[in-house]
Amino acid sequence: MSAPAPSMFTPAARAMAGKLGLKQGRANLEEFADTLQALATADRNIVAVTSDSRGSGKLAPYGRALPGQLVEVGIAEQNLVGITAGLAACGKKAFGVSPACFVTARSLEQIKNDLCYSNVPGVLVGISAGVSYGALGSTHHSIHDFAVLRAIPNLTIIAPADNFETRESVRYAARAPRPVFLRFGKAATLHVAPAGARFEAGRAITLREGREVAFLASGETVVHALLAAAQLAEAGVSARVVSVHTIKPLDADAVLAAGRECRAVVTVEEHLVHGGLGEAVAATLLQAGLAPRLRIVGFPDEDTVTGTQADIFRHYGISMEGLAATARALLDRKS
Amino acid sequence: MTDRDLALKSFALRRRMLRLIHRAGAGHTGGGLSCLDILSLLYHRVLKVTPETVDSPTRDRYVQSKGHCVEALYTVMADRGYFPDADLDTVGHYQSRYVGHPTRKVRGIEMNTGALGHGLPICLGMALAARMDGGTFRVFTLLGDGELAEGSNWEAAMAASHYQLDNLVAILDHNSLQITGPTREVMSNEPLDEKWRAFGWEVRTVNGHDYTALTRTLTTPHPGRPLFVIANTVKGKGVSFMENVGQWHHGVPNDAELARALAELEAAEQRLKEAVA
Repeated sequence: MSAPAPSMFTPAARAMAGKLGLKQGRANLEEFADTLQALATADRNIVAVTSDSRGSGKLAPYGRALPGQLVEVGIAEQNLVGITAGLAACGKKAFGVSPACFVTARSLEQIKNDLCYSNVPGVLVGISAGVSYGALGSTHHSIHDFAVLRAIPNLTIIAPADNFETRESVRYAARAPRPVFLRFGKAATLHVAPAGARFEAGRAITLREGREVAFLASGETVVHALLAAAQLAEAGVSARVVSVHTIKPLDADAVLAAGRECRAVVTVEEHLVHGGLGEAVAATLLQAGLAPRLRIVGFPDEDTVTGTQADIFRHYGISMEGLAATARALLDRKS
Repeated sequence: MTDRDLALKSFALRRRMLRLIHRAGAGHTGGGLSCLDILSLLYHRVLKVTPETVDSPTRDRYVQSKGHCVEALYTVMADRGYFPDADLDTVGHYQSRYVGHPTRKVRGIEMNTGALGHGLPICLGMALAARMDGGTFRVFTLLGDGELAEGSNWEAAMAASHYQLDNLVAILDHNSLQITGPTREVMSNEPLDEKWRAFGWEVRTVNGHDYTALTRTLTTPHPGRPLFVIANTVKGKGVSFMENVGQWHHGVPNDAELARALAELEAAEQRLKEAVA
């Protein structure tokens, strides 16, 4: 069973997206699969490794076109990471593609030792990340992955917001000299990257300038922050939106600029509030002596509510309306 | 180097490893002595790699899955000229690159290991890479008895035969003891030959201290299947009071024990020299 694909947006949010001229894109997972196939067609050293996941990873066309560059390991995620590391150690650019929930928990020791500690340039792709699997429940959610992976040295962690960031992050990963973790959802996304945007791992992309509150958001939550900022602007509140696609290494310059130039900072992530982007931002700000009003938006430390990804986002305030209200409350707070 | 040369050398290698562990104040003595002959044979005769070719894309790969027996590996590699013998005196020391488990900081070591159940999946990836590049090299790993309880080995066992990786060799250092006691009491892995055969591997059983038999076992092709070698070994091999004694898994000899062990090994070496001369 797969979660249905309801709208991530209320009618008001959809209208706001229209006003901003945000164009409809496709699922980042589809963008990933096509990008990887194009790269692999040009470079026979690129190899995809799947754990009975080529369908959910949208790699069936890749498998048909490039059968010699796909290794199927069956439902065996530990083996998937070990094999990816072994391929990478022998000069292959290996992309291990497996549901984010499994590959970042069951194979954590292989990620830590075989990829990161051994320092081989393998790539892991966590598919259907965050709460993409919706009502399938917590077994299938990866809202722990930023936290556990941030605690491992030598891993670049990227959660792209839209098709542009997805395409560019896959290209980056294919040439990166160190291990990389990419995380993709399966819902269709809107294009949020401004025309002419440049992607650089570890460098956040400012989508909208603002001076009162800054949204530092990652992955598929970014569009909701962008809509919230537009709604706030209509009410006379100036809100900045930064797409922090690289969770680690964090773009400290962008974080500190937000902390210096805005009264309040709201972080947004498709992750537990513990150990992810929000806490990384808080640590960066405080250690630089900055203490803006701060709110970490994510999933609380509880049994996540049942529902589609859209339901879960809305339930926990990851929506235009929810984020605008959070920002307003933070700015209005008495102390 | 003849089988006799290797056998004679094994006494010096054992002495060097024991002095290393004694100086470091830590190490896996029993398992090191049980796998040392296998490692010496691999590096002297089987692996197509030398200190001069450690960066060659077509070199054979060796990944030590039972990473805790790194002292035996460092000793054999120093003897083969991968790094100076004096470096062995720095194992485990503050800021030394010679970590207490295999590390790529050391020239010639392919992967960082130490957590068990990791070597075989890594070697699968390497063997697949070799095949994609035209089958130019072989891949070897060394496993321990206790390690076979790790489920990841069995994921890899299944996949290796699925892909018919006949450039892959897994050697079991079958000394039948692990840290808690005999493997058959801790978590029995028998019948090993039937299990690995059932997983689609070519299985060969050999005396892991017999250079002639090991050579034949490791150099005879096994078309269409990965090779699993059950190398029957003695934990603590070569030192009477360490042989088959569980406490020497990671026991460190004191000064008197070291002196006794070195004397035993020297006497045995002398006997072999005289017997053949």
